[in-house]
Amino acid sequence: MTETSRTMLLNAGPAHPAMHGVIRIELGLDGEVIRSADVEIGYLHRGFEKHCEASSYTQCFPYTDRLNYVSPLINNFAFAAGVERLMGLEVPERCQYIRVLMSEISRVCDHLTCIGASAMELGAFSVFLYMIKAREWLWELVEEVTGARLTVSYGRIGGVKADLTADFSERCREVTGKVEEVLEEVDELLTHNRIFYDRMRGVGVISAESAVAYGITGPFLRSTGIDYDVRKAFPYFVYDRMDFDVPVGGQGDNMDRYLVRMEEMRQSLRIVEQCLDQMPEGPTNVDPDGKLISPDLMADLGKFGKTRGLLSNEVLIEPTLQGSEKRFHDRVYSADKTSRLPAKEQVYSNIEALMNHFKIVMMGHGIRPPRGEVYFPMEGANGELAFYIVSDGSDRPWRVRCRPPCFPIMAALSGILEGDQIADIIPTFGSVNMIAGELDR
Amino acid sequence: MGALFADSRLSWLDSRSQRIFVVPMPSITLTRLQESFTEEVLGTHSRLGEDTAILKPEALLRAARFLKEEPGLRFDFLMDLTAVDHWKRKPRFELVYHLYSRSTNARLRLKAPLDASSPEAPSLTSLWPAADWYEREVFDMFGIRFRGHPDLRRILMYKEFQGHPLRKDYPIDKRQPLVGPKD
Repeated sequence: MTETSRTMLLNAGPAHPAMHGVIRIELGLDGEVIRSADVEIGYLHRGFEKHCEASSYTQCFPYTDRLNYVSPLINNFAFAAGVERLMGLEVPERCQYIRVLMSEISRVCDHLTCIGASAMELGAFSVFLYMIKAREWLWELVEEVTGARLTVSYGRIGGVKADLTADFSERCREVTGKVEEVLEEVDELLTHNRIFYDRMRGVGVISAESAVAYGITGPFLRSTGIDYDVRKAFPYFVYDRMDFDVPVGGQGDNMDRYLVRMEEMRQSLRIVEQCLDQMPEGPTNVDPDGKLISPDLMADLGKFGKTRGLLSNEVLIEPTLQGSEKRFHDRVYSADKTSRLPAKEQVYSNIEALMNHFKIVMMGHGIRPPRGEVYFPMEGANGELAFYIVSDGSDRPWRVRCRPPCFPIMAALSGILEGDQIADIIPTFGSVNMIAGELDR
Repeated sequence: MGALFADSRLSWLDSRSQRIFVVPMPSITLTRLQESFTEEVLGTHSRLGEDTAILKPEALLRAARFLKEEPGLRFDFLMDLTAVDHWKRKPRFELVYHLYSRSTNARLRLKAPLDASSPEAPSLTSLWPAADWYEREVFDMFGIRFRGHPDLRRILMYKEFQGHPLRKDYPIDKRQPLVGPKD
């Protein structure tokens, strides 16, 4: 710097389109070069951890949806798996396959959003549209199974809300085929694109040592050449039966992070394929000759106490509740009655199931894990997602801590940005894949 | 200090988790930590398969350095750092560190009890830059101070915020008007 020049202060965010709305970076600029960057977070703090302390374990699920809202299913399962370890619950095999399957679909959604959005911010708008199109197909699958697109609340302690729908497997294979095509298309558009390459390669570099020191995990860490992946290091659910590769980069720059994410999506689709092949059917708890009756008739029979027949009858249920009928319930729920919500038809038709339901959902009764603490790590889309849960033996968690995977990356961001130019903030910040919901909680 | 651990051991007896994990073998990490810090380690356990060591807060920095640099342990990741407010129990706060070692693929939880009156612990920023933001968050949420932290200010809440929201005596429905810029 010469004597006449001085550092200029510039605020990027909180309301900047490429800042994804909710973050502020205070930049010290020397011309176009960033000399200092102070990252300020907290604009989306909602008190997630405080709210969980005041809720029952089941009530925490909707809150976990809103952490990483691009892949809410992984949050659901991470929380459920933590509580299950605390309680020593066994989850049926089919449910574990469903959890792996849905986690991988979420991971693809997350990476599609991340790459699509950062490509758009670099001017490749068509890539964004292609990727969002692909995400839409995947979200339709998610919607079919969970009944919702974004705030799914599909995880349950001891299982999942509902079984997969009848034609899920065919539809899923069809969609994954189409998504693979989109990935090919995007690969051709971006990977050898001169403009994209020049803006990504050698920009936003972080060394492997520094990434480890900051506690960074996920694609961001793997782009530096370290192959740490929770799915391989501490296999949970049925990941140990899956055959997949962990892609790593070498330079730790934006381009490597892009390439790692692209390859991870292909690997995720491979896992989805294997899940569909291997998934066991599991038991059903309805007699094979169970008659189909209408819901009105079921409710009437229940009111008159004629519940014996109901146990062997199957109730016609509306299409939006597909997969949550009682005959699918055993497949996806643990057998432990202290945590298992009974099937809805039974709650509506017999007193035992109603009482069971009451004991689980009412405040002051509820699911009561024994005293203790648990830290359950899972591979979220951005890295290690973990819930540290402390139970005091009551129906509400004493403390729930979410380890948000993009928090350490944001902590390292100012160091990554320093020395780069203003325009480099956009691709670097895009490759962080910051999700404010989990960052600020 | 002694009273605390007698008490917590009692409370563990009724735990159902004991049925599943019967008397776990002491892990190498815990044994080595205990050998090197006989005075400072207040207790260890491996409940639910998770190695846990309870340390005196003064020893945190030394123990963390030992765990990070000792060959054969090499806990190179500070995965998570948080605190728990036990409120009516004594000591009131507990710092919880989660470490991970890539070379041995082991995890370790370190806990340090802190008194309610002036909760303070040494900062680990000199070992892991990751501790910087984590410690700021713990300070913001619990009001625990870290000696030697370069820039201990609030991170999620705004500067003018009064109190520490994750303390159990902070009411969940308390509102604080957002303060705009004064000038």
